[in-house]
Amino acid sequence: MAQFKLKINGRDYQTDVDPDTPLLWVLRDHLGLVGTKYGCGIAMCGACTVHVNGEATRSCVTPISTVASSKITTIEGLSENGDHPVQQAWAETDVPQCGYCQAGQIMTAAALLKRNPNPSKDEITTAMSGNICRCGTYHRIRKAVQLAATKTK
Amino acid sequence: MASETNQSRRNFFKLVASAGGGLMLGFNWADTSGAAPAIAGETALTEAAVAADIEFNSFLSINPQGIVTIFSPNPEVGQGIKTAFPLIVAEELDVDWKQVKVVQAPLDAKRFERQVTGGSGAIRHSWERLRKAGATARHLLVEAAAKQWNVPPGECTTSMGKVIHQASNRQSGYGDLATEAAKLPVPAEVKLKDRKDFKLIGKYTNNVDNEQIIVGKPLFGIDFYREGMLHAMVQRPAFGLKLKSLDATAAKAMPGIVDVVTFKNNVAVVGKSTWQVKKAREALKIEWEKEAELESSSDHDRLMQELLNSAEVTVRRKDGDVEAAFKGAAKVVKSEYQCPFLPHSPLEPMNFFAHVRPDGVELIGPTQTPELARNETAKLLGIPPEKVTVEMTRMGGGFGRRLKADYVLEAVEVSNLVKAPVKVIWTREDDMTGGSYRPAVRYRFEAALDAKGNMIGYKLRGAGINVGNSTREDNFPSGAVDNLLIDSIEHKSPITTGAWRAPITNFLAFAEQSFLDEVAQKAGKDPVKFRLELLEKAKKAPVGAIKYDIDRMKAVIELASQKAGWGKKKGVSQGFDLVCISRMLRTWPR
Repeated sequence: MAQFKLKINGRDYQTDVDPDTPLLWVLRDHLGLVGTKYGCGIAMCGACTVHVNGEATRSCVTPISTVASSKITTIEGLSENGDHPVQQAWAETDVPQCGYCQAGQIMTAAALLKRNPNPSKDEITTAMSGNICRCGTYHRIRKAVQLAATKTK
Repeated sequence: MASETNQSRRNFFKLVASAGGGLMLGFNWADTSGAAPAIAGETALTEAAVAADIEFNSFLSINPQGIVTIFSPNPEVGQGIKTAFPLIVAEELDVDWKQVKVVQAPLDAKRFERQVTGGSGAIRHSWERLRKAGATARHLLVEAAAKQWNVPPGECTTSMGKVIHQASNRQSGYGDLATEAAKLPVPAEVKLKDRKDFKLIGKYTNNVDNEQIIVGKPLFGIDFYREGMLHAMVQRPAFGLKLKSLDATAAKAMPGIVDVVTFKNNVAVVGKSTWQVKKAREALKIEWEKEAELESSSDHDRLMQELLNSAEVTVRRKDGDVEAAFKGAAKVVKSEYQCPFLPHSPLEPMNFFAHVRPDGVELIGPTQTPELARNETAKLLGIPPEKVTVEMTRMGGGFGRRLKADYVLEAVEVSNLVKAPVKVIWTREDDMTGGSYRPAVRYRFEAALDAKGNMIGYKLRGAGINVGNSTREDNFPSGAVDNLLIDSIEHKSPITTGAWRAPITNFLAFAEQSFLDEVAQKAGKDPVKFRLELLEKAKKAPVGAIKYDIDRMKAVIELASQKAGWGKKKGVSQGFDLVCISRMLRTWPR
């Protein structure tokens, strides 16, 4: 066990966990930030996606010891009032079906638009391809990312 | 409009009790005796309780501020029932959807019926009942307004949560009328809206939970945490194995581990966090021993061939003389289709919270069948079902996996053993290597064609692992072929199987229809025309019983091929498949 100071969603946190504990489980079990989801535990489904220093990162395979000095953003902190352009687009497009994967989808989409504000359809498909939606809402996800791009401009 | 999940039972009743000045309507549809209260002992409800001679329970309340709370009784798995059910009530109530608060109701067999997600029957089952729930409340509100204004109720109209009397230019909000309305006698019959007057039904309405989903609010079972709750992971035996010995010394010594307990060949590691119990589970030293035959995928491939070649089949349907037809055939087409075991893999892994206390059991989590969870728990612990409460959380998918209660019982077993509130969670590996699969099947099709390409003989044999009848003997083209033989054979395996979204029917439909395409090609016929000819034959000269709707099927084929531009696209390879429609026509009664 070891003490870690973390900067998450602009707030300071302190936690006492094993250094190999994945960021995902620190968020969920220790800090009560359960918006980030567990899906596979091996970085294959994207449900656990957060931003580490602005980069979309799979928190389920990211040991806490590697991100202690990083700036971490989760779905809870993507925007103050749930009105990030991607969240707005998601609401307007009514993307979620069961909804379990959507936090990860939104975080991946937000990171994409940050580095590429005007992605082509193919670029969207490629960027989003690591996020599995078991309900198959992919058509709405693509539509919402395109809509979010227009809102970002 | 707002929504709420994870409404605790206590809060649920608090809400009922706090109705005070508001209108509470309990619709006890199962009760035909008259004015029985919806919940025994809830005096707030007694006066306003409504009974009608239909079978479903629903529930709504209106507070003096005009906020309408609609309880949604069925488990939400992403099918949208938490939006659809309340929407139907709101339509007939004639209320502004923005004034509606949707609350997920817990399991309550006294108040609701068919609190199940499965079988695609919720709306069909409840449509009329939900409408009457809304319409009855609307009726009472109109009566209350009419009485207040001293005008005939027939002169009053409703819109957006208000009763309006146009002639005297008066209007009143539902909230202001609720208290008086609750005192009025409940009508035996109530008029439903004309469909042309629907304002909500038939129009797009966003999923009620989406605003919370997109900001990461805790809605799912896996998100449920409670002070003092322990986490548990279970090591289950592979299919066909049982527990021989366990050394948990190393696991128990690891940080955060509270206990290691065993039940029914399972070993559960219980501790303070998910990661700690996962690591400790890896440190368990377990010896397993054989209890039944172990099977691998290659064993199954071999087994399927043995089954298909076996003489020990069960004949399901036999028309004409199939052997003679094949003997005299100008051409024979043969094909086999196989579907392996499929795990359900909902994206939210299996999990459930249980707290077994001396006075009762509290269950919270994702389940398609809360009543089964309750009853199995009661059976397991030898207590009356009334001692078990079940709250349904939103589910991150289910696909039939959460029709079962095995993972609920694990939480119950562990909580009972460690005497603490426990959440059991499965890893993805647990989900893929255990639990429950759709049964594996393999089909062998054979068709006999005459010189003109007519199908004069048809044979289908289904081999299934843990599935008695892997064929559906009355599916099309049965009844359209003079000589036909359909049989099946089963192998019983220790591998657990369950319902993975209409097991058998959907893959069988794919296989049947794909084979018909193959036959059409070999016969040199257009696949659409080929099917229409067979339907024509079934209509004019049916062979044996016809269990499908010939005209409807024909109409769908024609419409689908027209919409698909069948045969009109050059340089495009088209296949025709009736999967969806034949599945509907076959498995769901109209």
